[in-house]
Amino acid sequence: MNASVPQEPGAAILDLWHPVAIREDLRAGETTRTRLLDRDVAVGLDDDGSPTAWLLTGAQHDAAATPRLLPTIAAYEFAWTSLGTPPEEIFKIPECDEPDRRNLATFSVGVHVSAPRAVENFLDLGHFPYVHAGILGQAPRTEVADYRVEVDPETNELWARDCEFFQPQAAAASTDGQMSQYTYRVPHPYCVMLYKSCPTDESRFDVIALFCQALSADRVLFHTFMSVIDEVSSDAQIRAFQTLVSAQDKPILENQTPRLLPLEVGDETSVRSDRASVAYRRWLGDLGVDYGVIPRGAHR
Amino acid sequence: MTAPDPASLLHPVAAGADLMPRHVVRSRLLGRRLAIWKADDGFVNVWEDRCIHRGMRLSAGVNDGAELVCQYHGWRYSNRNGNCVYIPAHPGEAPAGGLRVATFACAEKYGLVWSGGSPDAEPPSIPALEGGEVLVLRSLPVNAPAALVLEGLAGYSFRPTAALGTDTPITTSADAGNPHSVTVTATTTGAESSVVFFIQPAEAGRCVIRPVLSAAPAPEERLATLRHHARALEELRAQLEDSSPAEAAVALPLATLEPLRSGGTAGAAGGRHPQLQVRVARKWVCAEGIAAFDLAPVAGELPSFQPGAHLDVHLPNGLVRQYSLTNGPDLTGVYRIGVKLVPEGGGGSRCMHQSVHEGDALDISTPRNNFTLRRDAARTLLIAGGIGITPLLAMAQTLARQGLTWELHYFAQSDDHVAFDEMLAPLAEGVTTYCGLSPQETGAELTRITRHYGPMQHAYLCGPGPMIDTARSIAAEAGWPTEAVHFEYFKNESARDDSSAFDVTLARRDQTLRIGAGMSLLNGLRNAGIDLPSSCEQGACGTCIATVLGGEPDHQDVYLNDSERAAANRMLTCVSRAKSGQLVLDL
Repeated sequence: MNASVPQEPGAAILDLWHPVAIREDLRAGETTRTRLLDRDVAVGLDDDGSPTAWLLTGAQHDAAATPRLLPTIAAYEFAWTSLGTPPEEIFKIPECDEPDRRNLATFSVGVHVSAPRAVENFLDLGHFPYVHAGILGQAPRTEVADYRVEVDPETNELWARDCEFFQPQAAAASTDGQMSQYTYRVPHPYCVMLYKSCPTDESRFDVIALFCQALSADRVLFHTFMSVIDEVSSDAQIRAFQTLVSAQDKPILENQTPRLLPLEVGDETSVRSDRASVAYRRWLGDLGVDYGVIPRGAHR
Repeated sequence: MTAPDPASLLHPVAAGADLMPRHVVRSRLLGRRLAIWKADDGFVNVWEDRCIHRGMRLSAGVNDGAELVCQYHGWRYSNRNGNCVYIPAHPGEAPAGGLRVATFACAEKYGLVWSGGSPDAEPPSIPALEGGEVLVLRSLPVNAPAALVLEGLAGYSFRPTAALGTDTPITTSADAGNPHSVTVTATTTGAESSVVFFIQPAEAGRCVIRPVLSAAPAPEERLATLRHHARALEELRAQLEDSSPAEAAVALPLATLEPLRSGGTAGAAGGRHPQLQVRVARKWVCAEGIAAFDLAPVAGELPSFQPGAHLDVHLPNGLVRQYSLTNGPDLTGVYRIGVKLVPEGGGGSRCMHQSVHEGDALDISTPRNNFTLRRDAARTLLIAGGIGITPLLAMAQTLARQGLTWELHYFAQSDDHVAFDEMLAPLAEGVTTYCGLSPQETGAELTRITRHYGPMQHAYLCGPGPMIDTARSIAAEAGWPTEAVHFEYFKNESARDDSSAFDVTLARRDQTLRIGAGMSLLNGLRNAGIDLPSSCEQGACGTCIATVLGGEPDHQDVYLNDSERAAANRMLTCVSRAKSGQLVLDL
């Protein structure tokens, strides 16, 4: 049932940019080893201070061999690489360029689950009162109001709009809780972000993102990123919130079976409030994603 | 030797003592992950350890004594049958019929819990364990295939309980009574004990040894006995794992374990046909003019239901009547209904009172959840008149068990007419009873009860038509929005007009039917082969509801509230018709 047989990623995954390190953690002259899609990858900095990455194969573990250099890019506080032929640019988060924003890599943790299960969890409103009780939701206020899901025809990104949920501590000043509005965006099979009204300026949105580094088909490094307008909180305070929320999701994700996300409609029972998850599964299938998932038509 | 198919036998999956109250135990059998939990009524549930929604392990969930609650999204599954009874993301809707988790057979014997694929399979009978008290020893997972483990266990060496402190010579004999257990007996002068080892085939190359000692030692010898065997078993495990082939895959292929009922969705039944046979397990007078009935299944387990659900009962005299279930989550194994005698009525209640007796068989429908209780309200008001107490009793018990805020106001003719005393008693703090009030006095009380409306409050009304009408208008004046006031009429007492004729287009079938004067839309649909479910067939219960895509319905029911009527997107096909010449239905 779980991915005991390694999966081999096809072009839909190989050609993507994948996060491999927090940019700030890289030091000149030092190399970090990590895993990506079942391969060993080394990440470092070149003389200009730009991230660089190369593939480690059996022979290249000895220093004499010539490493195969991988394309790299620095974006949203992370170093990204690709094992295939990536697009020239990574997906845009225009908000991050605004001068008064604070962009932060907030928390990274290893989770024994596939990247698509992690993304689906991030897209899900219904678990707030159970998994994030007292923070993002509170029983018995459990209803998920209808929302819209669409694939943007120009960018082929998946969006869930007009999402609304009762949150007990949506703002520090609120005592009764309030309805929070969310917009979700899935620009990449393993990356997802949400836009949430900024507490200090209702006309603008804070961005919270999850960038999954697929170590293997059923293991992920769960990287979170925030771009917020906040002049008050310290970095540590912002990170503490995200750490708490991610730490609550980890044991849930690690107790889902199978760890791979089934794409066949009907393999798991969905209700109306799962329309984002259902659309995400269909979207992955249409993109030809074959890694971290149980493809449509495959028999478990 | 031809071994019997392992899937046709019951295997041990847990020790009975593992099933602590309100606890869920994780186990594994023939490669399947199991979640095992005992409900407050003593029933042991062996389920696939996987929520049908998003695959979360149910063994990480909460056993509330009557329902198992998934930790991820709070989906609630019912004791005994594994039906999904509540989906918190949609509090106003009953889960689709047939949503359920996969369930497995279960039995208890020799202090162990047994499970497997076949409903009529039984645990093995072992002579050494019959007729006395036994002691379940520690279980021992081993990374070795079952056959090898059984072979090794025959060499188990231990001292009889009564000779633990001595060093008299021991003789042991092993008896492999069946392919899944081995009995080892140790004898010395004046003392004899037997250990029976059962094997739980967990997965390929891995099993769990579950030893049972006979006879059980005296309490003062218990600790020494457990220690003695714990040490001996630990040695045995080391030997077994050492001699096991490194490639566990060499182990025999496992049989597949098929659930009694698989998880997922089963199709919902249509029509107005009996679906279940029950037996009247108990009949008693529970108030003046009210008979109560406990209906037990003739075979298997009863389907679960939402508080507020009703049944169709197919009476011996050919009539079909609807009765609400009073059961709270703790009353399992029977459906409990209350029937008020209406001497001048159509004969349904007379038949139930006079002709239906304990032991009689009755045909019933599965429960229909059309009067759905939300479990997300800040405060829930339950207002009952007379026999209207029945669905509200089910609701009050559910809310009380979940620790939500509720109050039940019960209007009855007199003290003698107050029904189901014994079920009301444990709820006492939330219940107010009003006896013998005039309509004016009732109105005054209703005004008082409904005077404080706040956000996220809901009211549920059930009783005689005039009382519900009054309560609805009083609540509306007090500021209750129509969506917050839920009601169920016993019957549709308004005059109905079936003189219109119209066309109905079935959007999914691209078909148009003519409904003539005197024919109901429901019957017109049935004539065209569409077996829409129905129950009361007088516009009161909501079972035959259909989605309207076009045209203007002529609502003649008492089920929809004013805002639902105004929305004109749903209608009850049994009594409602069309104001426009044409209707388009989503059928």
